[in-house]
Amino acid sequence: MGDPLSQVFAALADPTRRDLVARLTDGDATVGELAAPYQVSVQAISKHLKVLEQAGLVSRRAEGHRSPVHLEAEVFDLMTTWIERYRQRAEARYQRLDAVLAEMNDDEEAGHRPAREETP
Amino acid sequence: MNNTTTTATTATIEADPTLPIIHITRDFAATPAQLFRAHTDPELFARWVGPDGTTTTIDRWDACTGGSWRFVGTHDGMEFGFHGCFHEVRPDRIVQTFTWEGEPDAVALETLTFTDLGDDRTRLHAQSLCDSFEARDAWLRSGMEVGVDQGYAKLDALLGAGEIAGAAGRGGGRAQA
Repeated sequence: MGDPLSQVFAALADPTRRDLVARLTDGDATVGELAAPYQVSVQAISKHLKVLEQAGLVSRRAEGHRSPVHLEAEVFDLMTTWIERYRQRAEARYQRLDAVLAEMNDDEEAGHRPAREETP
Repeated sequence: MNNTTTTATTATIEADPTLPIIHITRDFAATPAQLFRAHTDPELFARWVGPDGTTTTIDRWDACTGGSWRFVGTHDGMEFGFHGCFHEVRPDRIVQTFTWEGEPDAVALETLTFTDLGDDRTRLHAQSLCDSFEARDAWLRSGMEVGVDQGYAKLDALLGAGEIAGAAGRGGGRAQA
């Protein structure tokens, strides 16, 4: 379970855990409150929360079902930053591709036009 | 992200939470045939691939089903080699493997599709299936390792403060094509 980002993604690979995180964006909640809508035991939800906690996604001030679970929004900001940087690099690459494609267009117009433009 | 009714004039990206996949979608003012050529003609390809400030030299290039490729990117005097096989090359679809030679055991399967949107516009969808979440996330993280390293600094700070439990920082270097 190497680096932190892998832990974060792995923690979020489970649909129940993603749902828990989504619900915590509304505000802190106790384990009991979080478990209420599910068909599974409070214990099972506790286990999921432990995984989220180890990945740094949520925190609890104390163990126990009454202690509110808090979403660590900063970790999400970090992931968003990472993915956005990756996106920007892809976009920079595709802007260079735009330029190459524009030149191909010019070449085609200067030379023989593509077949589909020749048909009326 | 496969929805062709919305526009993607700038690149959109999606990291699948359940599979180690990265999806990128981008629309181009070109025909599918032109976009296909820009991906298969080595001279054209070398002109746009790689991060800003990288010079790309094509070493091997046989863009047909069953062919293979290798190119080297040079950035700040450092060389990054990449290679793979063209599994399937068709006008609307390219499937290829992709390995960064700095981590030769890791291989991603890339599927590129070119969808005609009409009016000489084409949507590119690039799906990269990595061989593990760790590898996928290393790719996502690679965006941070060239240029401003804010995210990493921030993570180091979090780790230093003990705010992320059970994890030691690891700075696996990775170049990105």
